Amino acid sequence: MKVSMTVNGKAVSGEAEGRTLLSSFLRDGLGLTGTHVGCDTSQCGACVVHVDGKAVKSCTVFAADAAGANVTTIEGMANPDGTLGTLQQAFQDHHGLQCGFCTPGMVMSAAALLADNPKPTAAEVRHHLEGNICRCTGYHNIVKAVLAASGQDADRIAAE
Amino acid sequence: MYNFDFVKPTSLADAVKAMAQEDAQALGGGQTLIPTLKQRLASPAVLVSLSGIAEMKGVCVGDDGALCIGGATPHATVAKEAAAKFPALAALAAGIGDPAVRNRGTIGGSLANNDPSACYPSAVLATGATIVTNTRKIAADDFFEGLFTTALEPGEIITEVRFPVPERGAYAKFQQPASRFALTGAFVAKYGSGVRVAITGASENGVFRWTEAEKALSANFSAGALDGLTVPSDGLIGDLHGTPAYRANLVKVMTKRAVASA
Ligand SMILES: Cc1cc2nc3c(=O)[nH]c(=O)nc-3n(C[C@H](O)[C@H](O)[C@H](O)COP(=O)(O)OP(=O)(O)OC[C@H]3O[C@@H](n4cnc5c(N)ncnc54)[C@H](O)[C@@H]3O)c2cc1C
Ligand code: FES
Ligand code: FES
Repeated sequence: MKVSMTVNGKAVSGEAEGRTLLSSFLRDGLGLTGTHVGCDTSQCGACVVHVDGKAVKSCTVFAADAAGANVTTIEGMANPDGTLGTLQQAFQDHHGLQCGFCTPGMVMSAAALLADNPKPTAAEVRHHLEGNICRCTGYHNIVKAVLAASGQDADRIAAE
Repeated sequence: MYNFDFVKPTSLADAVKAMAQEDAQALGGGQTLIPTLKQRLASPAVLVSLSGIAEMKGVCVGDDGALCIGGATPHATVAKEAAAKFPALAALAAGIGDPAVRNRGTIGGSLANNDPSACYPSAVLATGATIVTNTRKIAADDFFEGLFTTALEPGEIITEVRFPVPERGAYAKFQQPASRFALTGAFVAKYGSGVRVAITGASENGVFRWTEAEKALSANFSAGALDGLTVPSDGLIGDLHGTPAYRANLVKVMTKRAVASA
């Protein structure tokens, strides 16, 4: 079947089977390989994208269920001139990534948090990122990056 | 994953029609079913998505004062929209999984699945809620039939859940940190007519009512009223996260915590 949706502001369509996951549709169908598949078992959050503004695990949504929706992926988070968006830049500035595999999901989950709660506390950031697993950073710098992106003084958060 | 036909009706009537096809299965948020399909533990011929049916989504208050939640309402919506009327239920919904799971997973899917460690079944049983389907109304006491088993007939769709709102109530969950499901959870609900207590995560048969605690708490609604009670560990879950005896202890600890915070 043909599935159409809006991805990062552009109307797209592609062939999908019933079982085609949104993650496969984005990566294999549209070549948007910024969305990472870490576990494929709904546990790690690397594949988080926004569907109609809500963070979801794209490995656990069928492409056909997102037909007609407005989807934002990590490729849609840069500024229009191609430079890194505020949240992305904050991850770089605060060393919020090492291998970078979890980062697309981290950024998408954090963006959803900031849209809802523009000035979260460190505890709220940690709680919100519970479904995003990082094997490298120890999370501390990720929390710092999100706080910095929200315009708060990230250097004052206590080390845990 | 085996392939299937995917349909996404926009009305309950069309969903019921689609579910009448051979080997049709409902898809709620897919947060349990999609992983199951990936493991080839289910192989429906037709998957009927319920996420496009507006009449099955949302939170409202019925004429009798009950809190009504549409069967396809995601956990995140319950966490927000039930907060004023039934804060204990909203807090339960806000504690399920993680934000992305809560944006997709639905109350109907959770109840139909009846995972022995799921959160919602405890709220439904403790409040004596009514499960409304496309064909009938099922009382909570008749709904949960054991491990991953419910009173639902093949093709039956949970359209709404009606919760009588308690005077006081709370859910206390001891979280299994890797899965975020309940290692053991207790929902306590106090009504003028008495107290009901439902326990999830502990029994091999799924959610159950702890009737001794109900009696003790109906006489004296305080954590101390449970001091003299013990829970037998027969039939409780034993796995690498906890022995049956450990869970038996948690039943009491979590019920006390729920009473203290109600
Ligand atoms: C990482 C992770 C963490 C989780 N943590 C928790 C937790 O802490 N606590 C908890 O309780 N749960 C947890 N869950 C499970 C989650 O709440 C699921 O959303 C829920 O169990 C199933 O709901 P669903 O809408 O996704 O159903 P689906 O996965 O779509 O369906 C599940 C079953 O219900 C049937 N079904 C779906 N909707 C209906 C309906 N309206 N009527 C009849 N049958 C229907 C389907 O056919 C299927 O058999 C977690 C899941 C994940 C992936
Ligand atoms: S790849 Fe989707 S949650 Fe891990
Ligand atoms: S930076 Fe390597 S997994 Fe997070």
